Amino acid sequence: MKFWNQVISITWKDTFSEIRTREVISSVLVFTLLVIVIFNFAFGANQETLRLVAPGILWVTFTFTGVLSLNRAFIPEKEQGCLEGLMACPISREAIYVGKMLASLLFMLIIEAIALPVFAFLFNLPVLTLPMVTITILATIGFVAVGTLFSALAINTRAREMVLPILFLPVMVPVIISAVNASKMALSGKPWNELASWIQIIGVFDVIFLVVSCLIFTYAIEE
Amino acid sequence: MKITILLWISLALMVTALYLIFVIAPIERTMGIVQKIFYLMVPMGWLALLSFLVVFIGSILYLKKRSLRWDILSYSSAEVGVIFTTLALVTGSIWAKPAWGVWWTWEPRLTATLVLWLIYLTYFMVRSFATEESRGATFAAIVGIIGFIDIPIIVLATTLWRGLHPGALIFQGGLDPTMLLTLIISLLTFSTLYALILMQRISLKNNEVEIKRMKELSQPFN
Amino acid sequence: MAMDNGDTGSTFQDQVIEIQGLTKAFGHHLALRGLDLKIRQGEKVAILGPNGAGKTTLIKVLATIINITSGKVLITGLNPKDNAEEIRRQIGVITHQTFLYGNLTANENLEFYGRMYDIPQRKKRINEVADMVRMTPRLYDRVNTLSRGMQQRIAIARALLHKPTILLLDEPETGLDPQATSILWEILNVEREDKRTIFLTTHSLERVLEISNRLLILNQGKFAYEESGQTLSLADLKQIYQHYSEIEV
Repeated sequence: MKFWNQVISITWKDTFSEIRTREVISSVLVFTLLVIVIFNFAFGANQETLRLVAPGILWVTFTFTGVLSLNRAFIPEKEQGCLEGLMACPISREAIYVGKMLASLLFMLIIEAIALPVFAFLFNLPVLTLPMVTITILATIGFVAVGTLFSALAINTRAREMVLPILFLPVMVPVIISAVNASKMALSGKPWNELASWIQIIGVFDVIFLVVSCLIFTYAIEE
Repeated sequence: MKITILLWISLALMVTALYLIFVIAPIERTMGIVQKIFYLMVPMGWLALLSFLVVFIGSILYLKKRSLRWDILSYSSAEVGVIFTTLALVTGSIWAKPAWGVWWTWEPRLTATLVLWLIYLTYFMVRSFATEESRGATFAAIVGIIGFIDIPIIVLATTLWRGLHPGALIFQGGLDPTMLLTLIISLLTFSTLYALILMQRISLKNNEVEIKRMKELSQPFN
Repeated sequence: MAMDNGDTGSTFQDQVIEIQGLTKAFGHHLALRGLDLKIRQGEKVAILGPNGAGKTTLIKVLATIINITSGKVLITGLNPKDNAEEIRRQIGVITHQTFLYGNLTANENLEFYGRMYDIPQRKKRINEVADMVRMTPRLYDRVNTLSRGMQQRIAIARALLHKPTILLLDEPETGLDPQATSILWEILNVEREDKRTIFLTTHSLERVLEISNRLLILNQGKFAYEESGQTLSLADLKQIYQHYSEIEV
């Protein structure tokens, strides 16, 4: 119980800070919309082509969204040495990981909840279906599970902004492949059982990396 | 001493393997002489996995025990691993040209190997980005653990994404017995070579560490 | 130390901090080189030393923020490896960094840390400590909008929130305005007689004489000088400090 109180306090603290400044959500949201529009130019306005590349565009965009917002996740913790203050508190390192992870998850889901309808509108695609929402939520959990760990690691390096994407992108390959393919099927109206194997891969990734990241998070922040 | 013995064993094995590959093993019917590269490609892929398994174990032990020797083991193995992964990509490419008519194809195993190669490049990059050496080792260990756990999921995703590899047929009895023997000897040869290179690299790294330590002792106030 | 013997048991209780052969290496660089130290409950210890002597590292070790390379550290008789959370409950840290989130108000910051320490009657305690550092009128202002000195006062309140029995101060006067400095020393002076152990690193020799009853000089990761119970004059102290903090090449 104490663990979850502390986790929720950390998530609450990040959320509250974000509500005040809207630093992450507003800037990343604008970026996300820009990427969607720019991709549109890259592939032309042909309805058929767009239908074909839409899942790819969607997931490249969300991957960028993830990198950008996760890059910000630990910056407030570094500004006044807050992470050290937090580490001096009688709380487990796992609580810090889960708290930060949930906050990042919340921010990313909010951004996606706004970006998805825009995407549906611009590309004339039935994006707001149960399978698509499931895929998005599961893939986002995978993003923040690994992203929170690497974000904490990156904050303690030189060239912070570069380190996160370099570490993050190759590890996320299975999630990106699965999300793109599952979305492709979902958008062409395939039934659940055909999507199942892709969704399972994302699910397995989520579970494994939530556990492993949580276990080794302490080494990313300790000296 | 151990290294010298290993050197001779691996030399003998190497000659045997070459003899088996080019003289004893029959020429494959459909692929022709090109198929011989298969005896190099499979061991390369195997060594990539083996060395990253060693990185994985070394990384866990380093995080748990904080002893420099585990980091040296992981670092050395990762270095050897990246070289073998590169070679696996190169031999895979040479195989791809006659087999599919292109140098690169997004065939699942090649794709997975490429992703692996990228992950283990970051294993070295994260070290150089760290503000101090011991932290770099810790961060690299994190990458070593995450990267290895990711391998089966990458293979799963890329396999589902594309077709199958002839390699998958090997252990389903689709291979001529002499070919199989050649492959096994070849795997054994390269595993010995891996052990040899790894031991050399570790002793070199140990010397590097010793020199750094002596430097630190001789000028302690920098 | 064994707990079964009555005699050693009592001294064991007395010994708030016990360090034996403490070494901390960053890669090949040794920041702390085999320190031995025993601090009894209620002692006010001042650590002097030039920059890079290892003062901050030592504070971080005692705050259980960083792992040690070798040696033994016991805080309130507990090993930080196994009982980190119990130890952290006893420790308050004040450094030149405030540990405060700029986008939250002072109250929200204290509320947050209050939850982390699981403090009973949080609201009441927050008002108490805010009053102590005379920040009650600005309690609902965002930390970003406060002056550096005020932020540091909130940081002092944050460190005292959970009534720590050990206070670690790492150059707390850096960047403080005179008012904040005087409030800090006032708080420390008021509680001078109590059982709280204070461990302070500083550059200000005057403060050392004012606050501490034990002095250590740390140089190049080793204790170069130790003095306790003696009343030194400022001039003596200056001479001693200069002598022992010289970097031998």
